Amino acid sequence: MKARIPSLIAGRLLIALFTMVVVSFTVFAATAILPGDVVEILLGQAATPEAVAGLRTAMHLDEPALVRFGHWLAGLATGDLGTSYANHLPIAQLIGGRLVSSLKLAGLTALFSVPIALTLGITAAAMRGSIYDRTVSMLTIGVISVPEFMVATSAVLIFAVWLKWLPALSIARDVSTFGELLKIYAMPIMTLSFVISAQMIRMTRAAVIEALQSPYVEMAILKGASPARVVLRHALPNAIGPIVNAVALSLSYLLGGVIIVETIFNYPGIAKLMVDAVATRDLPLIQTCAMIFCLVYLLLTTTADILAILANPRLR
Amino acid sequence: MAVLSHHIGRWTGYRVNGVGLASFAVVLAWAIVAIAAPWITPHGVGEIVDYDYFGPLTAKFPLGTDYLGRDMLSRVLMGARYTVGISLAAVAIACFAGVSLGMAAAVMGGWADSALSRLLDALNSIPSKLFGLVVVAGVGSSIPVLIMTLAIIYTPGAFRFARALAVNVNTMDFITVARIRGESLGYLIGSEILPNIVGPVFADVGLRFVFIVLLLSGLSFLGLGVQPPNADWGALVRENIGGLSFGAPAVMAPSLAIASLTIGVNLLIDNLPQKIRDRSA
Repeated sequence: MKARIPSLIAGRLLIALFTMVVVSFTVFAATAILPGDVVEILLGQAATPEAVAGLRTAMHLDEPALVRFGHWLAGLATGDLGTSYANHLPIAQLIGGRLVSSLKLAGLTALFSVPIALTLGITAAAMRGSIYDRTVSMLTIGVISVPEFMVATSAVLIFAVWLKWLPALSIARDVSTFGELLKIYAMPIMTLSFVISAQMIRMTRAAVIEALQSPYVEMAILKGASPARVVLRHALPNAIGPIVNAVALSLSYLLGGVIIVETIFNYPGIAKLMVDAVATRDLPLIQTCAMIFCLVYLLLTTTADILAILANPRLR
Repeated sequence: MAVLSHHIGRWTGYRVNGVGLASFAVVLAWAIVAIAAPWITPHGVGEIVDYDYFGPLTAKFPLGTDYLGRDMLSRVLMGARYTVGISLAAVAIACFAGVSLGMAAAVMGGWADSALSRLLDALNSIPSKLFGLVVVAGVGSSIPVLIMTLAIIYTPGAFRFARALAVNVNTMDFITVARIRGESLGYLIGSEILPNIVGPVFADVGLRFVFIVLLLSGLSFLGLGVQPPNADWGALVRENIGGLSFGAPAVMAPSLAIASLTIGVNLLIDNLPQKIRDRSA
Protein backbone atom coordinates (compact mmCIF):
# COMPACT_ATOMS: atom_id res chain seq x y z
CA MET A 1 0.00 0.00 0.00
CA LYS A 2 2.91 2.38 0.65
CA ALA A 3 3.57 2.82 -3.03
CA ARG A 4 0.17 4.40 -3.61
CA ILE A 5 0.93 7.68 -1.88
CA PRO A 6 3.80 8.81 -4.17
CA SER A 7 1.80 7.92 -7.28
CA LEU A 8 -1.30 9.75 -6.00
CA ILE A 9 0.78 12.82 -5.22
CA ALA A 10 2.54 12.66 -8.58
CA GLY A 11 -0.88 12.49 -10.26
CA ARG A 12 -2.04 15.54 -8.31
CA LEU A 13 1.08 17.49 -9.31
CA LEU A 14 0.53 16.55 -12.95
CA ILE A 15 -3.02 17.86 -12.77
CA ALA A 16 -1.68 21.07 -11.23
CA LEU A 17 0.76 21.47 -14.11
CA PHE A 18 -1.97 20.88 -16.70
CA THR A 19 -4.18 23.36 -14.86
CA MET A 20 -1.42 25.96 -14.96
CA VAL A 21 -1.18 25.60 -18.75
CA VAL A 22 -4.96 25.97 -19.20
CA VAL A 23 -5.01 28.91 -16.81
CA SER A 24 -2.16 30.72 -18.53
CA PHE A 25 -3.83 30.19 -21.89
CA THR A 26 -7.12 31.54 -20.57
CA VAL A 27 -5.46 34.58 -19.02
CA PHE A 28 -3.59 35.24 -22.24
CA ALA A 29 -6.65 34.71 -24.45
CA ALA A 30 -8.88 36.96 -22.34
CA THR A 31 -6.41 39.83 -22.53
CA ALA A 32 -5.43 39.32 -26.16
CA ILE A 33 -8.87 39.38 -27.77
CA LEU A 34 -8.62 43.02 -28.83
CA PRO A 35 -5.00 43.64 -29.83
CA GLY A 36 -5.70 46.66 -32.07
CA ASP A 37 -7.28 48.50 -29.22
CA VAL A 38 -4.13 48.45 -27.12
CA VAL A 39 -1.97 50.18 -29.68
CA GLU A 40 -4.58 52.87 -30.31
CA ILE A 41 -5.01 53.45 -26.59
CA LEU A 42 -1.23 53.70 -26.14
CA LEU A 43 -0.78 56.18 -28.94
CA GLY A 44 -3.90 58.17 -28.09
CA GLN A 45 -4.02 61.32 -30.23
CA ALA A 46 -0.91 60.32 -32.17
CA ALA A 47 -2.57 57.22 -33.63
CA THR A 48 -1.78 57.74 -37.29
CA PRO A 49 -2.07 54.55 -39.40
CA GLU A 50 1.75 54.42 -39.84
CA ALA A 51 2.40 54.83 -36.12
CA VAL A 52 -0.16 52.15 -35.28
CA ALA A 53 1.39 49.71 -37.75
CA GLY A 54 4.92 50.51 -36.51
CA LEU A 55 4.13 50.05 -32.86
CA ARG A 56 2.22 46.88 -33.61
CA THR A 57 5.33 45.39 -35.23
CA ALA A 58 7.53 46.60 -32.40
CA MET A 59 5.27 44.93 -29.85
CA HIS A 60 5.05 41.72 -31.91
CA LEU A 61 1.27 42.20 -32.11
CA ASP A 62 1.30 41.37 -35.84
CA GLU A 63 2.38 37.80 -35.11
CA PRO A 64 -0.22 35.07 -34.69
CA ALA A 65 -1.72 34.77 -31.21
CA LEU A 66 -0.22 31.34 -30.57
CA VAL A 67 3.31 32.59 -31.31
CA ARG A 68 2.79 35.52 -28.95
CA PHE A 69 1.51 33.09 -26.31
CA GLY A 70 4.72 31.08 -26.72
CA HIS A 71 6.90 34.20 -26.41
CA TRP A 72 5.02 35.25 -23.32
CA LEU A 73 5.28 31.84 -21.62
CA ALA A 74 8.99 31.61 -22.42
CA GLY A 75 9.46 35.10 -20.96
CA LEU A 76 7.62 34.13 -17.77
CA ALA A 77 9.68 30.96 -17.40
CA THR A 78 13.01 32.82 -17.74
CA GLY A 79 11.98 35.58 -15.36
CA ASP A 80 11.57 38.21 -18.08
CA LEU A 81 8.19 39.64 -17.15
CA GLY A 82 8.14 42.34 -19.81
CA THR A 83 7.57 46.08 -19.41
CA SER A 84 4.48 47.94 -18.32
CA TYR A 85 2.51 49.80 -21.02
CA ALA A 86 1.59 52.62 -18.69
CA ASN A 87 4.95 53.78 -17.34
CA HIS A 88 7.50 51.68 -19.26
CA LEU A 89 9.06 50.27 -16.10
CA PRO A 90 10.11 46.60 -15.94
CA ILE A 91 7.23 44.65 -14.43
CA ALA A 92 9.51 42.74 -12.07
CA GLN A 93 10.49 46.06 -10.50
CA LEU A 94 6.86 47.21 -10.15
CA ILE A 95 5.75 43.97 -8.57
CA GLY A 96 8.63 43.13 -6.21
CA GLY A 97 7.86 45.37 -3.23
CA ARG A 98 4.11 45.11 -3.71
CA LEU A 99 4.21 41.33 -3.58
CA VAL A 100 6.09 41.43 -0.28
CA SER A 101 3.48 43.82 1.19
CA SER A 102 0.64 41.55 0.11
CA LEU A 103 2.33 38.44 1.45
CA LYS A 104 2.90 40.26 4.74
CA LEU A 105 -0.81 41.08 4.93
CA ALA A 106 -1.81 37.52 4.05
CA GLY A 107 0.69 35.98 6.46
CA LEU A 108 -0.39 38.15 9.39
CA THR A 109 -4.03 37.37 8.61
CA ALA A 110 -3.36 33.64 8.60
CA LEU A 111 -1.35 33.87 11.83
CA PHE A 112 -4.23 35.68 13.46
CA SER A 113 -7.28 33.91 12.07
CA VAL A 114 -6.26 30.23 11.92
CA PRO A 115 -6.02 29.65 15.71
CA ILE A 116 -9.21 31.63 16.39
CA ALA A 117 -11.18 29.89 13.64
CA LEU A 118 -10.03 26.42 14.69
CA THR A 119 -10.91 27.08 18.33
CA LEU A 120 -14.36 28.38 17.38
CA GLY A 121 -15.01 25.54 14.94
CA ILE A 122 -13.94 22.77 17.33
CA THR A 123 -15.77 24.19 20.36
CA ALA A 124 -18.92 24.77 18.27
CA ALA A 125 -18.84 21.17 17.11
CA ALA A 126 -18.25 19.90 20.66
CA MET A 127 -21.24 21.87 21.92
CA ARG A 128 -23.40 21.07 18.92
CA GLY A 129 -26.95 22.38 19.16
CA SER A 130 -26.20 24.76 22.04
CA ILE A 131 -26.94 28.47 21.89
CA TYR A 132 -23.19 29.05 21.46
CA ASP A 133 -23.08 26.72 18.44
CA ARG A 134 -26.14 28.28 16.87
CA THR A 135 -24.76 31.80 17.37
CA VAL A 136 -21.45 30.86 15.76
CA SER A 137 -23.23 29.14 12.85
CA MET A 138 -25.60 32.07 12.26
CA LEU A 139 -22.69 34.54 12.30
CA THR A 140 -20.61 32.49 9.87
CA ILE A 141 -23.53 32.09 7.45
CA GLY A 142 -24.12 35.83 7.75
CA VAL A 143 -20.50 36.68 6.89
CA ILE A 144 -20.43 34.21 3.98
CA SER A 145 -23.64 35.59 2.47
CA VAL A 146 -22.55 39.22 2.30
CA PRO A 147 -19.95 40.72 -0.04
CA GLU A 148 -16.43 41.31 1.34
CA PHE A 149 -16.76 45.03 0.91
CA MET A 150 -19.72 45.05 3.27
CA VAL A 151 -17.62 43.38 5.97
CA ALA A 152 -14.94 46.02 5.33
CA THR A 153 -17.30 49.02 5.32
CA SER A 154 -19.05 47.75 8.46
CA ALA A 155 -15.68 47.36 10.20
CA VAL A 156 -14.71 50.92 9.24
CA LEU A 157 -18.08 52.22 10.39
CA ILE A 158 -17.87 50.51 13.77
CA PHE A 159 -14.19 50.80 14.70
CA ALA A 160 -13.07 53.95 12.92
CA VAL A 161 -16.21 56.13 12.70
CA TRP A 162 -18.22 55.28 15.81
CA LEU A 163 -15.61 54.01 18.27
CA LYS A 164 -12.67 55.99 16.78
CA TRP A 165 -10.20 53.27 17.84
CA LEU A 166 -8.42 52.83 14.54
CA PRO A 167 -7.49 54.82 11.45
CA ALA A 168 -9.71 54.09 8.42
CA LEU A 169 -6.84 54.05 5.93
CA SER A 170 -3.73 51.97 6.12
CA ILE A 171 -0.59 53.61 4.84
CA ALA A 172 2.41 51.39 5.34
CA ARG A 173 4.92 54.04 6.30
CA ASP A 174 7.87 53.21 8.56
CA VAL A 175 6.58 51.65 11.71
CA SER A 176 8.87 51.42 14.70
CA THR A 177 6.73 50.06 17.52
CA PHE A 178 4.53 46.99 17.65
CA GLY A 179 1.60 49.18 18.69
CA GLU A 180 1.82 51.28 15.54
CA LEU A 181 2.09 48.19 13.39
CA LEU A 182 -1.02 46.80 15.02
CA LYS A 183 -2.97 50.00 14.46
CA ILE A 184 -2.14 50.26 10.76
CA TYR A 185 -2.69 46.63 9.88
CA ALA A 186 -5.65 46.16 12.22
CA MET A 187 -8.50 47.07 9.87
CA PRO A 188 -7.35 45.14 6.76
CA ILE A 189 -6.38 42.10 8.82
CA MET A 190 -9.62 42.15 10.77
CA THR A 191 -11.71 42.30 7.60
CA LEU A 192 -9.76 39.54 5.87
CA SER A 193 -9.88 37.41 9.00
CA PHE A 194 -13.65 37.68 9.14
CA VAL A 195 -13.94 36.61 5.53
CA ILE A 196 -11.67 33.55 5.72
CA SER A 197 -12.52 32.54 9.29
CA ALA A 198 -16.18 32.08 8.39
CA GLN A 199 -15.25 29.43 5.81
CA MET A 200 -12.71 27.80 8.10
CA ILE A 201 -15.09 27.63 11.06
CA ARG A 202 -17.81 25.99 8.97
CA MET A 203 -15.49 23.37 7.47
CA THR A 204 -13.76 22.62 10.80
CA ARG A 205 -17.11 22.27 12.57
CA ALA A 206 -18.38 19.90 9.89
CA ALA A 207 -15.19 17.76 10.05
CA VAL A 208 -15.27 17.44 13.85
CA ILE A 209 -19.01 16.67 13.86
CA GLU A 210 -18.45 13.91 11.36
CA ALA A 211 -15.73 12.40 13.56
CA LEU A 212 -17.96 12.74 16.63
CA GLN A 213 -20.68 10.67 14.96
CA SER A 214 -18.39 7.67 14.45
CA PRO A 215 -18.77 4.42 16.43
CA TYR A 216 -15.42 4.75 18.23
CA VAL A 217 -16.52 8.07 19.71
CA GLU A 218 -19.74 6.48 20.91
CA MET A 219 -17.59 3.77 22.49
CA ALA A 220 -15.44 6.39 24.23
CA ILE A 221 -18.56 8.11 25.58
CA LEU A 222 -19.97 4.78 26.78
CA LYS A 223 -16.82 3.88 28.66
CA GLY A 224 -17.20 7.16 30.54
CA ALA A 225 -14.60 9.49 29.04
CA SER A 226 -15.17 13.18 29.79
CA PRO A 227 -16.54 15.33 26.91
CA ALA A 228 -13.23 17.22 26.64
CA ARG A 229 -11.31 13.95 26.42
CA VAL A 230 -13.70 12.56 23.80
CA VAL A 231 -13.22 15.62 21.60
CA LEU A 232 -9.49 16.17 22.09
CA ARG A 233 -8.16 12.60 22.32
CA HIS A 234 -10.61 10.60 20.24
CA ALA A 235 -12.34 12.79 17.65
CA LEU A 236 -9.72 15.45 16.88
CA PRO A 237 -6.80 13.24 15.74
CA ASN A 238 -9.08 11.67 13.16
CA ALA A 239 -10.43 15.00 11.97
CA ILE A 240 -6.94 16.51 11.49
CA GLY A 241 -6.83 15.63 7.79
CA PRO A 242 -10.08 17.37 6.82
CA ILE A 243 -9.24 20.30 9.10
CA VAL A 244 -5.82 20.91 7.55
CA ASN A 245 -7.49 20.63 4.16
CA ALA A 246 -10.07 23.19 5.30
CA VAL A 247 -7.35 25.59 6.45
CA ALA A 248 -5.51 25.44 3.12
CA LEU A 249 -8.75 25.89 1.17
CA SER A 250 -9.86 28.81 3.33
CA LEU A 251 -6.51 30.50 2.83
CA SER A 252 -7.19 30.38 -0.91
CA TYR A 253 -10.24 32.59 -0.22
CA LEU A 254 -7.71 35.19 0.90
CA LEU A 255 -7.17 36.05 -2.77
CA GLY A 256 -10.69 37.28 -3.40
CA GLY A 257 -10.70 39.10 -0.09
CA VAL A 258 -7.30 40.70 -0.70
CA ILE A 259 -8.49 42.36 -3.92
CA ILE A 260 -11.35 44.12 -2.13
CA VAL A 261 -9.49 44.84 1.09
CA GLU A 262 -6.40 46.38 -0.56
CA THR A 263 -8.66 48.61 -2.65
CA ILE A 264 -10.87 49.81 0.17
CA PHE A 265 -8.03 50.44 2.64
CA ASN A 266 -5.64 51.78 0.01
CA TYR A 267 -3.07 49.18 0.96
CA PRO A 268 -0.06 49.22 -1.41
CA GLY A 269 -0.12 45.53 -2.34
CA ILE A 270 -0.16 43.58 -5.57
CA ALA A 271 -3.97 43.37 -5.76
CA LYS A 272 -4.26 47.15 -5.67
CA LEU A 273 -1.59 47.30 -8.36
CA MET A 274 -3.66 44.96 -10.51
CA VAL A 275 -6.95 46.82 -10.03
CA ASP A 276 -5.17 50.04 -11.00
CA ALA A 277 -3.66 48.28 -14.01
CA VAL A 278 -7.16 47.25 -15.13
CA ALA A 279 -8.23 50.89 -15.01
CA THR A 280 -5.33 51.87 -17.33
CA ARG A 281 -5.62 48.63 -19.38
CA ASP A 282 -1.96 47.88 -18.75
CA LEU A 283 -2.18 44.35 -20.16
CA PRO A 284 1.34 42.93 -19.49
CA LEU A 285 1.09 43.99 -15.86
CA ILE A 286 -2.40 42.46 -15.55
CA GLN A 287 -1.25 39.19 -17.13
CA THR A 288 1.68 38.88 -14.74
CA CYS A 289 -0.36 39.75 -11.66
CA ALA A 290 -3.07 37.29 -12.74
CA MET A 291 -0.48 34.53 -13.18
CA ILE A 292 0.98 35.21 -9.73
CA PHE A 293 -2.49 35.03 -8.18
CA CYS A 294 -3.37 31.81 -10.01
CA LEU A 295 -0.04 30.27 -9.03
CA VAL A 296 -0.59 31.04 -5.34
CA TYR A 297 -4.16 29.78 -5.54
CA LEU A 298 -3.12 26.57 -7.25
CA LEU A 299 -0.31 26.09 -4.73
CA LEU A 300 -2.79 26.32 -1.86
CA THR A 301 -5.43 24.04 -3.37
CA THR A 302 -2.81 21.47 -4.43
CA THR A 303 -1.28 21.58 -0.94
CA ALA A 304 -4.78 21.02 0.47
CA ASP A 305 -5.28 17.97 -1.76
CA ILE A 306 -1.86 16.49 -0.98
CA LEU A 307 -2.36 16.99 2.75
CA ALA A 308 -5.71 15.25 2.48
CA ILE A 309 -3.99 12.30 0.75
CA LEU A 310 -1.23 12.18 3.38
CA ALA A 311 -3.69 12.42 6.27
CA ASN A 312 -5.81 9.51 5.10
CA PRO A 313 -4.56 6.52 7.14
CA ARG A 314 -6.21 4.05 4.75
CA LEU A 315 -3.65 5.02 2.09
CA ARG A 316 -0.67 4.52 4.38
CA MET B 1 -46.91 32.64 10.56
CA ALA B 2 -47.35 29.12 11.88
CA VAL B 3 -51.04 29.17 10.98
CA LEU B 4 -50.30 30.56 7.55
CA SER B 5 -47.63 27.95 6.80
CA HIS B 6 -50.02 25.24 8.00
CA HIS B 7 -52.68 26.44 5.55
CA ILE B 8 -50.22 26.61 2.68
CA GLY B 9 -48.97 23.18 3.60
CA ARG B 10 -52.48 21.73 3.38
CA TRP B 11 -53.26 23.63 0.21
CA THR B 12 -50.19 22.71 -1.86
CA GLY B 13 -49.24 19.37 -0.34
CA TYR B 14 -45.77 20.66 0.56
CA ARG B 15 -44.64 21.06 4.16
CA VAL B 16 -43.38 24.62 4.61
CA ASN B 17 -42.04 26.43 7.67
CA GLY B 18 -42.03 30.02 8.89
CA VAL B 19 -38.41 30.87 8.00
CA GLY B 20 -38.87 29.42 4.52
CA LEU B 21 -42.03 31.45 4.02
CA ALA B 22 -40.45 34.68 5.26
CA SER B 23 -37.37 34.26 3.06
CA PHE B 24 -39.61 33.43 0.11
CA ALA B 25 -41.47 36.70 0.75
CA VAL B 26 -38.17 38.66 0.75
CA VAL B 27 -36.96 37.06 -2.49
CA LEU B 28 -40.36 37.53 -4.15
CA ALA B 29 -40.42 41.18 -3.06
CA TRP B 30 -37.02 41.86 -4.70
CA ALA B 31 -38.17 40.06 -7.85
CA ILE B 32 -41.24 42.30 -8.04
CA VAL B 33 -39.12 45.40 -7.38
CA ALA B 34 -36.71 44.37 -10.15
CA ILE B 35 -39.58 44.13 -12.64
CA ALA B 36 -41.59 47.13 -11.51
CA ALA B 37 -38.70 49.48 -10.57
CA PRO B 38 -39.35 52.28 -13.09
CA TRP B 39 -42.98 52.63 -11.96
CA ILE B 40 -42.48 52.56 -8.20
CA THR B 41 -39.47 54.84 -7.67
CA PRO B 42 -40.68 57.93 -5.77
CA HIS B 43 -38.17 60.25 -7.51
CA GLY B 44 -36.28 60.18 -10.80
CA VAL B 45 -33.20 57.96 -10.56
CA GLY B 46 -30.79 60.56 -11.93
CA GLU B 47 -32.68 63.56 -10.56
CA ILE B 48 -30.97 65.73 -7.95
CA VAL B 49 -33.72 66.32 -5.42
CA ASP B 50 -31.91 67.60 -2.35
CA TYR B 51 -29.41 70.44 -1.96
CA ASP B 52 -27.76 68.54 0.86
CA TYR B 53 -25.64 65.52 -0.03
CA PHE B 54 -25.34 62.32 2.05
CA GLY B 55 -28.60 63.32 3.75
CA PRO B 56 -29.97 61.38 6.73
CA LEU B 57 -33.09 59.23 6.80
CA THR B 58 -36.13 61.53 6.50
CA ALA B 59 -39.81 61.06 5.71
CA LYS B 60 -39.27 62.52 2.23
CA PHE B 61 -36.13 60.46 1.52
CA PRO B 62 -36.55 57.22 3.51
CA LEU B 63 -33.00 56.01 2.75
CA GLY B 64 -31.36 59.44 2.73
CA THR B 65 -29.67 61.02 -0.28
CA ASP B 66 -26.47 60.12 -2.14
CA TYR B 67 -23.26 62.03 -2.89
CA LEU B 68 -25.02 64.28 -5.40
CA GLY B 69 -28.24 64.70 -3.41
CA ARG B 70 -30.23 62.07 -5.33
CA ASP B 71 -32.91 59.99 -3.62
CA MET B 72 -31.29 56.80 -2.34
CA LEU B 73 -34.54 54.77 -2.16
CA SER B 74 -35.17 55.30 -5.87
CA ARG B 75 -31.59 54.36 -6.70
CA VAL B 76 -31.68 51.18 -4.60
CA LEU B 77 -35.01 50.14 -6.17
CA MET B 78 -33.60 50.73 -9.64
CA GLY B 79 -30.33 48.99 -8.68
CA ALA B 80 -32.35 45.83 -7.94
CA ARG B 81 -33.08 45.66 -11.63
CA TYR B 82 -29.38 45.40 -12.56
CA THR B 83 -28.28 43.19 -9.68
CA VAL B 84 -31.17 40.73 -9.95
CA GLY B 85 -31.47 40.88 -13.74
CA ILE B 86 -27.78 40.37 -14.60
CA SER B 87 -27.38 37.67 -11.96
CA LEU B 88 -30.49 35.81 -13.12
CA ALA B 89 -29.40 35.87 -16.74
CA ALA B 90 -25.89 34.69 -15.81
CA VAL B 91 -27.11 31.91 -13.52
CA ALA B 92 -29.56 30.71 -16.19
CA ILE B 93 -26.80 30.42 -18.79
CA ALA B 94 -24.26 28.94 -16.37
CA CYS B 95 -26.62 26.31 -15.02
CA PHE B 96 -28.08 25.42 -18.41
CA ALA B 97 -24.61 24.92 -19.88
CA GLY B 98 -23.12 23.30 -16.79
CA VAL B 99 -25.99 20.92 -16.10
CA SER B 100 -26.35 19.83 -19.75
CA LEU B 101 -22.61 19.24 -20.09
CA GLY B 102 -22.48 17.49 -16.73
CA MET B 103 -25.26 15.07 -17.63
CA ALA B 104 -23.77 14.50 -21.08
CA ALA B 105 -20.35 13.76 -19.55
CA ALA B 106 -21.88 11.27 -17.12
CA VAL B 107 -23.85 9.49 -19.84
CA MET B 108 -21.01 9.39 -22.38
CA GLY B 109 -18.31 8.39 -19.89
CA GLY B 110 -14.86 7.41 -21.15
CA TRP B 111 -12.44 9.93 -22.59
CA ALA B 112 -15.10 12.55 -23.35
CA ASP B 113 -16.01 12.61 -19.67
CA SER B 114 -12.37 12.81 -18.55
CA ALA B 115 -11.51 15.54 -21.04
CA LEU B 116 -14.52 17.70 -20.10
CA SER B 117 -13.94 17.19 -16.38
CA ARG B 118 -10.23 18.04 -16.56
CA LEU B 119 -10.80 21.13 -18.68
CA LEU B 120 -13.61 22.53 -16.55
CA ASP B 121 -11.74 21.72 -13.32
CA ALA B 122 -8.82 23.69 -14.67
CA LEU B 123 -11.09 26.64 -15.46
CA ASN B 124 -12.52 26.35 -11.98
CA SER B 125 -9.09 26.90 -10.47
CA ILE B 126 -8.93 30.50 -11.61
CA PRO B 127 -10.09 32.63 -8.68
CA SER B 128 -13.44 34.11 -9.71
CA LYS B 129 -12.75 37.75 -8.96
CA LEU B 130 -9.46 37.53 -10.82
CA PHE B 131 -11.14 36.06 -13.89
CA GLY B 132 -13.60 38.97 -13.84
CA LEU B 133 -10.75 41.48 -13.57
CA VAL B 134 -8.82 39.94 -16.46
CA VAL B 135 -11.83 39.83 -18.80
CA VAL B 136 -12.91 43.37 -18.01
CA ALA B 137 -9.35 44.52 -18.61
CA GLY B 138 -9.25 42.76 -21.97
CA VAL B 139 -12.74 43.33 -23.34
CA GLY B 140 -14.12 46.25 -21.34
CA SER B 141 -17.22 46.25 -19.19
CA SER B 142 -20.74 46.17 -20.60
CA ILE B 143 -23.82 44.33 -19.44
CA PRO B 144 -23.63 41.51 -22.03
CA VAL B 145 -19.91 41.01 -21.26
CA LEU B 146 -20.68 40.89 -17.54
CA ILE B 147 -23.43 38.31 -18.03
CA MET B 148 -21.24 36.09 -20.20
CA THR B 149 -18.23 36.40 -17.89
CA LEU B 150 -20.25 35.53 -14.79
CA ALA B 151 -21.85 32.63 -16.68
CA ILE B 152 -18.46 31.24 -17.77
CA ILE B 153 -17.03 31.57 -14.25
CA TYR B 154 -19.86 29.57 -12.70
CA THR B 155 -20.37 26.93 -15.40
CA PRO B 156 -17.64 24.56 -14.07
CA GLY B 157 -19.24 24.47 -10.61
CA ALA B 158 -22.66 23.64 -12.04
CA PHE B 159 -21.02 21.02 -14.28
CA ARG B 160 -19.28 19.30 -11.40
CA PHE B 161 -22.44 19.27 -9.28
CA ALA B 162 -24.72 17.92 -12.04
CA ARG B 163 -22.16 15.34 -13.15
CA ALA B 164 -21.81 13.93 -9.64
CA LEU B 165 -25.59 13.50 -9.41
CA ALA B 166 -25.97 12.16 -12.94
CA VAL B 167 -23.23 9.55 -12.46
CA ASN B 168 -25.34 7.99 -9.70
CA VAL B 169 -28.51 7.95 -11.81
CA ASN B 170 -26.56 6.62 -14.78
CA THR B 171 -25.94 3.29 -13.01
CA MET B 172 -29.69 2.60 -12.69
CA ASP B 173 -31.38 -0.18 -14.61
CA PHE B 174 -33.85 2.08 -16.43
CA ILE B 175 -30.92 3.90 -18.04
CA THR B 176 -29.48 0.62 -19.28
CA VAL B 177 -32.92 -0.26 -20.67
CA ALA B 178 -33.18 3.07 -22.45
CA ARG B 179 -29.68 2.63 -23.89
CA ILE B 180 -30.55 -0.82 -25.21
CA ARG B 181 -33.71 0.63 -26.75
CA GLY B 182 -31.29 2.78 -28.72
CA GLU B 183 -32.36 6.16 -27.35
CA SER B 184 -30.35 9.23 -28.35
CA LEU B 185 -28.05 11.17 -25.97
CA GLY B 186 -30.55 14.05 -25.90
CA TYR B 187 -33.37 11.75 -24.84
CA LEU B 188 -31.28 10.06 -22.15
CA ILE B 189 -30.28 13.40 -20.69
CA GLY B 190 -33.58 15.21 -20.94
CA SER B 191 -36.12 12.49 -20.23
CA GLU B 192 -34.31 9.91 -18.11
CA ILE B 193 -31.69 11.70 -16.03
CA LEU B 194 -32.90 15.28 -15.60
CA PRO B 195 -36.25 14.43 -13.95
CA ASN B 196 -34.36 12.45 -11.31
CA ILE B 197 -31.93 15.21 -10.33
CA VAL B 198 -34.10 18.28 -10.83
CA GLY B 199 -34.65 18.97 -7.11
CA PRO B 200 -31.00 19.24 -6.04
CA VAL B 201 -30.16 21.04 -9.29
CA PHE B 202 -32.81 23.64 -8.45
CA ALA B 203 -31.24 24.16 -5.00
CA ASP B 204 -27.81 24.46 -6.66
CA VAL B 205 -29.13 27.15 -9.03
CA GLY B 206 -30.16 29.17 -5.98
CA LEU B 207 -26.73 28.87 -4.34
CA ARG B 208 -24.97 29.79 -7.55
CA PHE B 209 -27.27 32.80 -7.89
CA VAL B 210 -26.01 33.97 -4.49
CA PHE B 211 -22.35 33.55 -5.56
CA ILE B 212 -23.04 35.49 -8.75
CA VAL B 213 -24.77 38.35 -6.89
CA LEU B 214 -21.76 38.57 -4.56
CA LEU B 215 -19.22 38.51 -7.39
CA LEU B 216 -21.15 41.03 -9.49
CA SER B 217 -21.41 43.35 -6.49
CA GLY B 218 -17.69 42.91 -5.82
CA LEU B 219 -16.77 43.76 -9.42
CA SER B 220 -19.09 46.76 -9.47
CA PHE B 221 -17.62 47.87 -6.17
CA LEU B 222 -14.17 47.84 -7.79
CA GLY B 223 -15.61 49.97 -10.60
CA LEU B 224 -15.39 47.13 -13.13
CA GLY B 225 -19.01 45.99 -13.19
CA VAL B 226 -22.08 47.99 -14.19
CA GLN B 227 -20.91 51.35 -15.54
CA PRO B 228 -22.35 54.81 -14.80
CA PRO B 229 -24.91 56.29 -15.31
CA ASN B 230 -26.47 52.91 -14.51
CA ALA B 231 -25.75 51.48 -11.11
CA ASP B 232 -26.33 48.12 -9.46
CA TRP B 233 -26.04 47.74 -5.70
CA GLY B 234 -22.27 47.23 -5.74
CA ALA B 235 -21.79 50.37 -7.85
CA LEU B 236 -24.05 52.31 -5.46
CA VAL B 237 -21.75 51.41 -2.56
CA ARG B 238 -18.74 52.46 -4.63
CA GLU B 239 -20.07 55.86 -5.66
CA ASN B 240 -21.10 56.69 -2.09
CA ILE B 241 -18.02 55.32 -0.33
CA GLY B 242 -16.96 58.91 0.45
CA GLY B 243 -19.86 59.08 2.90
CA LEU B 244 -18.46 56.22 4.97
CA SER B 245 -16.55 58.51 7.31
CA PHE B 246 -19.80 60.35 8.20
CA GLY B 247 -21.70 57.07 8.56
CA ALA B 248 -24.03 58.12 5.70
CA PRO B 249 -27.02 55.81 5.13
CA ALA B 250 -26.25 55.95 1.39
CA VAL B 251 -23.30 53.53 1.98
CA MET B 252 -25.12 51.00 4.09
CA ALA B 253 -28.50 50.94 2.27
CA PRO B 254 -27.30 49.13 -0.89
CA SER B 255 -25.10 46.81 1.19
CA LEU B 256 -28.11 45.85 3.29
CA ALA B 257 -30.13 45.30 0.10
CA ILE B 258 -27.49 42.81 -1.12
CA ALA B 259 -27.39 41.09 2.27
CA SER B 260 -31.19 40.76 2.42
CA LEU B 261 -31.27 39.18 -1.04
CA THR B 262 -28.39 36.75 -0.53
CA ILE B 263 -29.36 35.71 3.00
CA GLY B 264 -32.99 35.42 1.82
CA VAL B 265 -32.07 33.05 -1.03
CA ASN B 266 -29.75 31.02 1.26
CA LEU B 267 -32.45 30.59 3.90
CA LEU B 268 -35.07 29.82 1.26
CA ILE B 269 -32.93 26.96 -0.07
CA ASP B 270 -32.16 25.66 3.43
CA ASN B 271 -35.88 25.60 4.20
CA LEU B 272 -37.21 24.26 0.91
CA PRO B 273 -39.81 21.55 1.48
CA GLN B 274 -38.05 18.20 1.83
CA LYS B 275 -40.16 16.88 -1.02
CA ILE B 276 -38.55 19.30 -3.52
CA ARG B 277 -34.99 19.09 -2.20
CA ASP B 278 -34.73 15.32 -2.17
CA ARG B 279 -36.23 14.68 -5.51
CA SER B 280 -33.33 12.58 -6.69
CA ALA B 281 -32.74 8.92 -7.19
